[in-house]
Amino acid sequence: MSGFFAFVVLGVFTGAAYAIAASGLVLTYATTRVFNIAHGAFGMVLAFAFWDFSVRQGLPTWLSLVLVLGVVAPAIGWFIQRFVTRGLGDAPVSVSLVVTVGLLVGLIGVAQYLWPPEARILMPFRPETGYQVGSTYVTAHQLITIVCSVLVATLLYLLLNRTRVGTAMRASVDNPELLQLFGGRPDRVAQLAWAIGISLAALGGILLAPVVGLDYYALTLLVINAYAAAMLGRLKSLPLTFAGAMALGILESLAVGYLPTDGFIAGIRPVIPALFLFLLLVLLPQAQLRIGQVKGIVSAPVPSLLRAAISGVVLLLVVIVVTTGMSEANLLLVGTAATFAMVMLSLVLLTGYGGHVSLAQLTFAGVGALTYSKLAEPNLYGLVLTTLIAAGVGALVALPVLRLTGLYLALATLAFGVLMDKMIFQEEWAFGYNGTLPADRLSVLGVKIESTSGYVLVMVVFLVLMSLAVLALRRGVVGRLLVAMRDSPSACGTLGLDQRWFRVGLFALSAGLAGLAGALFAGLRGTIGAADFQFFNSLPLLLLAVVFGITSVTGACLGGVGLMLLPELQANNPELAGLFFVVLGFGAVALGRDPNGLANQLFRLGRWVRGQAEPWIRERIPVWAPNLADDEELEPVGLDLIGEPLPAPRAAGDLVAEEETSHATP
Amino acid sequence: MPLLEVNDVVVRFGGVTAVNQARFTADERRITGLIGPNGAGKTTCFNVITGLQRPTSGSVRFGGRDVTRTAVHRRARRGMARTFQRLEAFGSLTVRDNVRVALDIAGGFGGLMRSSSARVDEALDRVGISEYAAERADSIPTGTARLLELARCLVGDPKLLLLDEPSSGLDESETDAFGELLIALASEGKAILMVEHDMDLVMTVCDDIHVLDFGEIICSGSPAEVRADARVQAAYLGASDTDETQHDLAPLDATTTIPAVTS
Repeated sequence: MSGFFAFVVLGVFTGAAYAIAASGLVLTYATTRVFNIAHGAFGMVLAFAFWDFSVRQGLPTWLSLVLVLGVVAPAIGWFIQRFVTRGLGDAPVSVSLVVTVGLLVGLIGVAQYLWPPEARILMPFRPETGYQVGSTYVTAHQLITIVCSVLVATLLYLLLNRTRVGTAMRASVDNPELLQLFGGRPDRVAQLAWAIGISLAALGGILLAPVVGLDYYALTLLVINAYAAAMLGRLKSLPLTFAGAMALGILESLAVGYLPTDGFIAGIRPVIPALFLFLLLVLLPQAQLRIGQVKGIVSAPVPSLLRAAISGVVLLLVVIVVTTGMSEANLLLVGTAATFAMVMLSLVLLTGYGGHVSLAQLTFAGVGALTYSKLAEPNLYGLVLTTLIAAGVGALVALPVLRLTGLYLALATLAFGVLMDKMIFQEEWAFGYNGTLPADRLSVLGVKIESTSGYVLVMVVFLVLMSLAVLALRRGVVGRLLVAMRDSPSACGTLGLDQRWFRVGLFALSAGLAGLAGALFAGLRGTIGAADFQFFNSLPLLLLAVVFGITSVTGACLGGVGLMLLPELQANNPELAGLFFVVLGFGAVALGRDPNGLANQLFRLGRWVRGQAEPWIRERIPVWAPNLADDEELEPVGLDLIGEPLPAPRAAGDLVAEEETSHATP
Repeated sequence: MPLLEVNDVVVRFGGVTAVNQARFTADERRITGLIGPNGAGKTTCFNVITGLQRPTSGSVRFGGRDVTRTAVHRRARRGMARTFQRLEAFGSLTVRDNVRVALDIAGGFGGLMRSSSARVDEALDRVGISEYAAERADSIPTGTARLLELARCLVGDPKLLLLDEPSSGLDESETDAFGELLIALASEGKAILMVEHDMDLVMTVCDDIHVLDFGEIICSGSPAEVRADARVQAAYLGASDTDETQHDLAPLDATTTIPAVTS
């Protein structure tokens, strides 16, 4: 019994820390509609800052606390709201998710750059003090944490219910436009909410760091517990969030005490928060369709199939030339780039066209690789099977959350990624704990492709075929529907489209493509393990896809090369490792609002060059002129890559702006 | 029995009652107008009818069946189509593809195989925006985009058309043509329910008018009856003999919405 009490005390302590962090998340989401995926990352960076003040610089603990919680954290919160997330609440969820994922990765980079990896210890508060309660020893740190959470709850209650600005905050949860009508200032409210939210993230991080350790990733991903707790309050209710945090803390603690330490059940312990999150998502009510969104997001041109095929052949030829005589190590890199490009293609379909975000796309690739490595003699049939299994898993993730959209669907993929990472992939029948599996090279039509250079070419062929398939889909009915659903789900609904099954199908297709990529990767590498498909790496993958352009095949191919280079650059310049994350993260923050990315700039450049070059060519080589002229006339809308297929998109929000002016005089 | 019956619908957002005991009908071959100042709950009514908003209480019957809890897309399949006050065109697609998507959806899985471009062009022609067919929907003028939303509805051949401020953004001659189109559509058997601020258009084309104020229907009847109603004149139409004075409704809106919110 005393053991039980001890575990409950421990649970209440962790629950209290989760509650503090989660209430910050709820505060920012509820007032600004921006779900801050990077909430934990802010807590992590600020816990490091606290360490820097109190340990490295030797300031007194109280002063360090005041500096971090009272100055640095609110300043960061204000800055982020003012310059990064403002107006993001009205943007599609896919955009706000990408921007905050960018913040997450960028912050990890900042932490790695400012505080390079070394052993750091953050001592608990008053480490030597403790109290004997019955037969249980409660440390002062635990007690302080619990008191802090009570304080936070009380202060938040007073702020929201007893002050003008708190009332304004509650009003802006329901309707920011009305708040403005009243003379309230939503921007002020949002800035305050972010300042407090980041402070709470910092407090949670500081309280948990002595327990979890000062670890970039562990502290960042602790936020999943906060997501789970916040979800019980449906991201709105603070009391329910506190209840959720306590329940989760105690549940985790009891699991440590009473679950068997080996076997399948034991694997559940580390994934309790993810399971908790997934379960709550499944239980959420039907999402209501939002109306009045910013539209016209996809603007990358769609090339004709002929043109795309020619580009594919050119790509293949380039790869042949480049890889001739290449070292084995470099060949593996080319193959890796092709793999990432294929996974990003699956994101082009899902996110670029469909507007849904998957935070665990590499996990689906891992499912494909796992299945592939179980094949006795991998051939094309085996590859088809692998794809189907990965697609089935994708459908399984989307199916329970059939009724949900946007943010919740993305969080479900996140829970899934963690689940696979910490539990399934570690199982004996899978990769095993820190283990690897051998994988054979693929046989195509009875011929086993032994040489690495040959295998890389086969991968590029698959990449080209996959690109053509994605483009064919985009040009057809399905592609039109995908883009329409992305631009306006409500219009699709009121026109009679049942989007739920469509969404499941889209998830399955995208997961299948990622799985196929993973399978080919397994064959390339020969041995494969869970480490190759770590959930966290799905985030840089998503970011690079967005930076290079998640709405075009070109963007995916460039992004694949970029993602392959990222760890290489980090390994070659270890002192700059963090900086690459910073560039990537904040690059995504900057470019996240335009998912057409760098690829679209390339298309623009191409159009410009062609526009400049054409008259020049016509002038000098008159024989060409009629051909070119014919070309122009024959071009139906949307049939050209670099020609003028689709009229240039207008800046996001134009429609709304114009519409509003037209309503000024009803 | 009317095609659409809205029975005692109440919608509350937190402490705000957006629609209070609204009760009205729309029937085949008739154009029904829903008017009232901004914030009176007109668009919320549309959202309840189409299923984008679940009412706090009350019911919606369509074609003799209770559809209050029916999913959005099922109601559309039964013959409802709507346009939006805040545009919901598919901005990344061309105007023609916008309509084509609607036809694909209306055709179900059979339609996924092949959609007839003749019907698409017909719909574009009918609302008079064929010249924009090849342009991206986020690059066309607001009025044209509203007509595009109408074309998107028409291609599915709905029984009930819900039009949310369809004429805003149209100039005078375009509005006249639009009025004629509405009358023609009604004479073909469609029921049309329209939220509209252009009083000339409403008074010319509507067979029945319901006036909403503070979420409540304060008057229902023919255009002549509504025009004669004292409460309507006081709340809304009284000052609007000319086009200019209609614009004065905007400040009135601001003052009238605020007490509703605080209550």
